[in-house]
Amino acid sequence: MEIGGIIAYLVSFAIMAGIYAVFCLGLNIQWGYTGLFNIGIAGFFCVGAYTSAMITTPKPTGIYAHYVHQILGLNLPFVFGLVGAAIVCGIIAFLIGIPTLRLGEDYLAIATLGIAETFRLIFNNEYWLANGPRGLIGLPQPLQGLVDPKSYNYVYLIIVVIVMVVVYLLIERAIRSPWGRVLRAVREDEISASMSGKDIFNFKMQALVFGSMVMGVGGALYAHYTIAISPEAFTPLYGTFIIWVMLMAGGSGNNKGAILGAYAIWAVWIGTKFMTDFLPYTLKARAPFIRFLLIGILLELILIYRPQGLLGEEKKVSKLIE
Amino acid sequence: MAELIVYGIVLGGIIALGAIGLSLVYGIIGFANFAHGEFMTAGAYLALFMVTGVFSWIGIPDNTFGILSFGWRMVFAFPFSMAGVAFLAIFFDRVLYRKLRAKNSGPVMFAMSSLGTSFIIRMIIIIVWGSDYLFYRPGLMRPALEVPLGIKIRPDQIVILFIVFLLVGLLHVFLQDTKMGKAMRATADNMELALISGINTERIIIWTWGIGGALAAAGGILYGIDVQLHARMGWHFLIPLFAATILGSIGNIYGALVGGFAIGIAQQVSTAFLLPTYKLAVAFVIMILILLIRPQGIFGKG
Amino acid sequence: MILLKIEDVTVGYTEIDILHNVTVTVRSGEIVSVIGPNGAGKSTLLKTVFGILKPRNGNITLKEKHITGLRPDRIVRKGISYVPQVENVFSSMTIQENLEMGAFIRRDDYSQRLEEVFDLFPVLRERKKQKAGHLSGGQRQMVAMGRALMLDPQVLLLDEPSAGLAPVLVSGIFEKIREVNATGVAMIIVEQNAKEALKMAHHGYVLAMGRNVLDDTGEALLANDEVGRLYLGG
Ligand SMILES: Nc1ncnc2c1ncn2[C@@H]1O[C@H](COP(=O)(O)OP(=O)(O)O)[C@@H](O)[C@H]1O
Ligand SMILES: [Mg+2]
Repeated sequence: MEIGGIIAYLVSFAIMAGIYAVFCLGLNIQWGYTGLFNIGIAGFFCVGAYTSAMITTPKPTGIYAHYVHQILGLNLPFVFGLVGAAIVCGIIAFLIGIPTLRLGEDYLAIATLGIAETFRLIFNNEYWLANGPRGLIGLPQPLQGLVDPKSYNYVYLIIVVIVMVVVYLLIERAIRSPWGRVLRAVREDEISASMSGKDIFNFKMQALVFGSMVMGVGGALYAHYTIAISPEAFTPLYGTFIIWVMLMAGGSGNNKGAILGAYAIWAVWIGTKFMTDFLPYTLKARAPFIRFLLIGILLELILIYRPQGLLGEEKKVSKLIE
Repeated sequence: MAELIVYGIVLGGIIALGAIGLSLVYGIIGFANFAHGEFMTAGAYLALFMVTGVFSWIGIPDNTFGILSFGWRMVFAFPFSMAGVAFLAIFFDRVLYRKLRAKNSGPVMFAMSSLGTSFIIRMIIIIVWGSDYLFYRPGLMRPALEVPLGIKIRPDQIVILFIVFLLVGLLHVFLQDTKMGKAMRATADNMELALISGINTERIIIWTWGIGGALAAAGGILYGIDVQLHARMGWHFLIPLFAATILGSIGNIYGALVGGFAIGIAQQVSTAFLLPTYKLAVAFVIMILILLIRPQGIFGKG
Repeated sequence: MILLKIEDVTVGYTEIDILHNVTVTVRSGEIVSVIGPNGAGKSTLLKTVFGILKPRNGNITLKEKHITGLRPDRIVRKGISYVPQVENVFSSMTIQENLEMGAFIRRDDYSQRLEEVFDLFPVLRERKKQKAGHLSGGQRQMVAMGRALMLDPQVLLLDEPSAGLAPVLVSGIFEKIREVNATGVAMIIVEQNAKEALKMAHHGYVLAMGRNVLDDTGEALLANDEVGRLYLGG
């Protein structure tokens, strides 16, 4: 590979890792700061991507309408896609929170897992909604006309980094506010006497919704990067599991850790691809599964030997401003 | 409709075998085991390995019992696979969960670790067997019997139900009448008091994994006999298992049994109105309804 | 003869010490009462003896053999039984099963012992098939004590046996405790009801803020003005 190819490769690496970093930041609000166990990230990933796709593409007309079904096509700019994805994901999170957030922490996990699988089923089977398993294609990319299509990824990388930084700053501000301090008290069960069960429920709900909105943005970023989406992109492996490994690796409760974890694990993921290139031919078709097996083992090692992750939790954030 | 209910009972029995183990683990070890579905898959594939691999190699004849779809090979593979998955479950406890217990990790860490375990088992199965649909006996015609009410039922399915009730009956006797079984109930009831009474709770935990794993394996094999094998079958059972467990109250094995039948019937009956692929969503919706109406389940603990 | 010796024990749940160099000695056949205000660390003391908490410092010996830091299921095998203050029965199990669990570590035939426990608490015999969770507070306390007695322990640790019982039942429970002690079982009783506890105690200890404050014979402590003023309600 000559130098240009390597740089192009690095750019696409940085884009995907950056998108994953956004998911990690969203998960960090839920798990890192509030202790909410969401294992249905793929569901928000999926809904975020589809929502943005439907907001930014036109509804098919003429002969296309026979082949591509989609319930909605607003043909609005990219930013509306991001915002719409966030809003829809926030609403879904709210609906899931109602039956689960008053119960033990496992219930949210089971419910989010169920919702993710259910969404995938719906998008796969309901052609009228978003074209079934074939999915949607031809998503617009922002600022497309600005540069030569071959160099477009540089532009998208900048967009991803901007979104990531904005999300990062937003979360940092939020968790350093009194609101953030309460979240951590909720997580540690250090509830002061003045807090009622209803207050706790409300705080958990806010964290769940906020985190899921960020995930929706991540889904939208992904959709406009790949241009084409289909339900099979949002499997528990790529959509949920790897994000958990990223956050645990980087350090839950630490936003820098969340971003670092995304880049580190995505590098490991890509790295294992080079490793499996050396596999005998018969095993090649199963290479992704071997790689996921390694990632699974990595998660177990982290949980046992370094549950705080690479960076560990950023302690006493609230003390700094007091 | 009557036929769907009968199929639902068969499916429900299979779900119940998984849910009972899940409920035991939940009640005694105290966390949601997201790898429980994969124990079912592992059981099904271990039996496949025996039936099509080992037993064909050592020369056990490949005949079937009359109108059933399986023969001696399966008879031997069944308990072998149950024991194998029991050891698998215990193995994961020894290398993972025991370490987390030693560090006093919270229940979510265990749940997350079990999620990792579920991926590890699933990936190994896909790497070894691929992700195609497989059968214990491919190409076999499986005629159905006509019974009253116009219900068609395959002889296999009658045997499946019989095995479900046999296993549940054995578990009942174990829990009610043996010292170890009572100690298990005591540990589920009050871990600290059990320890104070001299019960070695680590041993109880091993038994719990063993029984949970073995029952899940049985459920997985029976599903393989009834329908087919697939590397993701256990993952797709996970939501129905949790729905059955929660419906029947966590930690209550009789509740899990009833919950399993209820979910199985609901899933099958739903196919009269919905695409069969939505079965999982049906279990999910029922679970959400339970959480909204009666989160402690219909029976309450114990 | 000294049976159980708790020496200089320092322990806590987190980094914070709850007990500071606490010492308590139990001789054969003795009732030792530990009294003190709420939060003094009385329950913590019993949990430490029983290995639920690991002491940071100090020794616990039974007949001069170290039991410090052993797991509860090991300690019970040395002949000590413990009735916790709360959640001290298996509520989803029958009375009979609760008592069987008390005898879990026994490999011999304990039917004789079961009859003795039923003789001590006849009401349990009548209801042996009932779930412990459905019993009244007083009956539950009997199940809890019965469970602990199934082992024929040398030492019995009782944490607030009279707590939460109606006044008419309290004297009954203390009567039973005396009966048990008469069979030669030594015990540590932790009590809020200090007067009753000291009346039957051979020896008493006063604990406050996790420290030994006083120790003397039960009678002497009952007669002590300061104890009377602070703990016996005048
Ligand atoms: N599980 C626990 N974790 C942390 N602190 C505890 C725990 N149980 C008791 N404590 C603390 O230990 C101290 C002594 O409690 P305890 O031994 O229960 O007192 P007592 O039985 O004398 O009323 C109290 O300050 C209490 O808050
Ligand atoms: Mg106490």
